[in-house]
Amino acid sequence: MSVSVTDAPTRVARAWIALQQVLDPEVPALSVLELGIVREVIDRGAMLEIVVTPTYSGCPATEVIARQIMDAIDAAGVGPAQLRLQRAPAWSSDWITAAGRRKLNEYGIAPPAPVPAEATVSVGSIRRRGAPIEVACPRCGSSDTSQLSAFGSTACKALYRCLACLEPFEYFKPI
Amino acid sequence: MGVRQTSIEPSRAPPVQYVLRLADLCLILAQRLGEWCGHAPILEEDIALTNTALDLIGQARALLTHAGRLGAAQGCGVVLDEDQLAFLREERDYLNPTLVELPRGDFAFTTLRNAMVATWLTHMWQHLSASSDAEVAGIAAKAVKEARYHQRHAADWVVRLGDGTAESKQRLEEALHELWPYTAELFESDTVDEHAAASGLGPRWSALREGWFAQMRVLLSEAGLAMPAEGPFRSTGRSGKHSEHLGYLLTDMQYLQRAYPGGAW
Repeated sequence: MSVSVTDAPTRVARAWIALQQVLDPEVPALSVLELGIVREVIDRGAMLEIVVTPTYSGCPATEVIARQIMDAIDAAGVGPAQLRLQRAPAWSSDWITAAGRRKLNEYGIAPPAPVPAEATVSVGSIRRRGAPIEVACPRCGSSDTSQLSAFGSTACKALYRCLACLEPFEYFKPI
Repeated sequence: MGVRQTSIEPSRAPPVQYVLRLADLCLILAQRLGEWCGHAPILEEDIALTNTALDLIGQARALLTHAGRLGAAQGCGVVLDEDQLAFLREERDYLNPTLVELPRGDFAFTTLRNAMVATWLTHMWQHLSASSDAEVAGIAAKAVKEARYHQRHAADWVVRLGDGTAESKQRLEEALHELWPYTAELFESDTVDEHAAASGLGPRWSALREGWFAQMRVLLSEAGLAMPAEGPFRSTGRSGKHSEHLGYLLTDMQYLQRAYPGGAW
């Protein structure tokens, strides 16, 4: 029979604490929790199950992140654990936490605008829908910015420039 | 060196074939887009084309992995993994529509094909996100967001080229006439489709026709181009009968795994 110690943090709680230390290798300003990709930590008795939702289908960081998560769980002594990749519901940049957005901005990456609701595929023009989103420069805060490239150094980012301070910067794509 | 890696044969069960058609569409187009790495007309588009390829490879990986598991469940015995399915099939076991294996052409050709395929994929993924197969539905719900981003980017360029210089317009027009006959295959249905529609796995490809045409009509008119008439030609890549181009592509793509079986880094 096992005796539960009520004031000691549970295994699951300790796992969550350990996960706070796991940083996204491509955006090291953010932890995997701030990125919003860890969906659940479940105590399965012999095993801890960590449920992770990938950001982009082809993101090469996904495998590195999975390995780092397992290492962090081991280091915290709450393993053994197994990682389950869960695709649905699909990850959205809306899941990045408020603290995550602040840290992105401080790191020099403009945080993503809210994702517009798109229930169905439109039958009209597939080009521009609505007003262009306003992206504020993470350095000087000016909204006088323009897109340089719809794609950037990683799957999750686009490239912008600030027309006020003239610095280029990255923008986390809303998806 | 010297060890020849023998080919594998995927399951012929209709659900596996249905998933492989889509997986191969993503895989082969990604391979073509990868050829642009270091060769696109401007750096931003070099990055855009290869990032698009990366998303497509991610989608293909998920679908191939799933096709391998489905194949085992359908009685093929072993679970073929994504790498075996991507690199060790014979040409006739690739089931992508011919459109995506055509050589990359110039930037106008690549851009227009990307717009055509991304538009088709947004409709396909949208349908598949309600698939009776939970894994397929999950892959689709993620992929539809990526496809929309690709679609908008490619569409912007189609208009820019069509509405650009006399040369860019002419090149886009040539691309349209070269590509158009191969789009018919994207809206054909056969027994594999019937099976998928009956089981709720996914739509008949013919069900995507109306939505695709509506969007392409608007896009082409914004680009100042007329939609070509439908001709009698039908390509047959998705039943494994390919153009001469796929063999060359596979030679390049499969070389490493054939020469160094199981090689990884």
